[in-house]
Amino acid sequence: MAAEGNTIDALSQFILVPVLGRVGESVGFTQSNLHMLIAVGLITALMMWGTAKRALIPGRMQALAESAYEFVHGLVTEQVGEKGKRFFPFVFSLFMFILFGNMLGLFPYAFTYTSHIAVTFTLAAIVFVLITVVALAIHGRKFFGYFFPEGAPVWLAPIIVPVEIVSYLSRPVSLSIRLFANMVAGHVMLKVFASFVVMLGGLAVIGPFVALLPLALNVALVAFEVLVAFLQAYVFAILTCIYLHDAVHLH
Amino acid sequence: MRRLVLAAALIGAAVPCVALGAPPPGEPVPGMPQLAFGHPVQGRLLISHVVWLLIIFGLLYYVMARYALPQVGSVLEERRRRIEADLEAARAAKDSADRAVAEHEAATARARAEAQAAIAAALQQAQAEAAARTEALNARLDSQIQEAEKRIAAARDAAMGALRQVAAETADALVARLIGRADRKAVERAVERELAARGRA
Repeated sequence: MAAEGNTIDALSQFILVPVLGRVGESVGFTQSNLHMLIAVGLITALMMWGTAKRALIPGRMQALAESAYEFVHGLVTEQVGEKGKRFFPFVFSLFMFILFGNMLGLFPYAFTYTSHIAVTFTLAAIVFVLITVVALAIHGRKFFGYFFPEGAPVWLAPIIVPVEIVSYLSRPVSLSIRLFANMVAGHVMLKVFASFVVMLGGLAVIGPFVALLPLALNVALVAFEVLVAFLQAYVFAILTCIYLHDAVHLH
Repeated sequence: MRRLVLAAALIGAAVPCVALGAPPPGEPVPGMPQLAFGHPVQGRLLISHVVWLLIIFGLLYYVMARYALPQVGSVLEERRRRIEADLEAARAAKDSADRAVAEHEAATARARAEAQAAIAAALQQAQAEAAARTEALNARLDSQIQEAEKRIAAARDAAMGALRQVAAETADALVARLIGRADRKAVERAVERELAARGRA
């Protein structure tokens, strides 16, 4: 599957395959969704089971659960302020869902659901709809003043307003493509260098020695991907917080 | 804890294997599978897995918002309250300790002041007594001295009185011996004059 003939097939890892037999096939339940369920299960287990003992001095799991909670809580309260507390569960779910999706994808045989633009765009669209609805609910018609900053000269309106609208509308696009592209690029690179290992390993006597090079590179890449996995989840979460800040305070 | 991590790793590794156990789609997928919305199988799965995403993410949000986060939040809140209460107790204990120290210091200061006052009073009393005794002694000595002086003065007066008589008699006798006769009255006057001149009258 890694290398058929002499071509490197780096994209077949993203093909969706239905799981759970005929039932899964008929409802379109793919391995991607299975990984989402695993992620949800792991997140829930971490948060519920980790803090089930309610220890005053936390153990490892509880410390992890608490630091995840406080990390996102700090993010939301710092960026959005006190009014942002009701968005905390949403931002937390989003952050953990993306983080666990990215991290799960690094396990062998695992599928990275954040490498699908359909998934990342759906998440970004949820954020976009949320910030727009929140802004409209809080500020009503004043929300449209967001597209023309106060104090700007009126004759600049024909330029500023379209630019502001385009930048507002491009939020979900940039949000989703950033995550999608990062995950796809990382996994394609891993696959390509892994294919190199296999292809070079088959070369005569020196093959196995030469193949060590891409292998070493892949080891480094996995470490880098762990960083990217966390960073992209963080970026998604913090941008969501910044957009929520704009929605709540209008600049 | 190590067994737990091992179990999680095993599950994490095993479940995707099951997932990959399903057969790959019959028709090859050209280009990026993520964008193959036109493909008969992939296109359908792309849409369906977004629907499942909404359901699963909704589930995650519900569980987090309803159960998990309040629980973690309450644990954190409990700890915060506990720490605050402990700090409060420590502060109260420190306050009472400070008060006790202050009381102790005040008591010490009071005791010292009392002691000093007592010492000063005793000292004063002793001094007063000593002064009184000295006074009495002085008075007695003074009276004795005065008495003695009086006696001395009486003796001197007596001696002075005797002196005039002796001087007059001696002078009279001398004059009588020198010139054969003596005017007693004139001699006495001369003696009187002489004594007065010498301040011994």
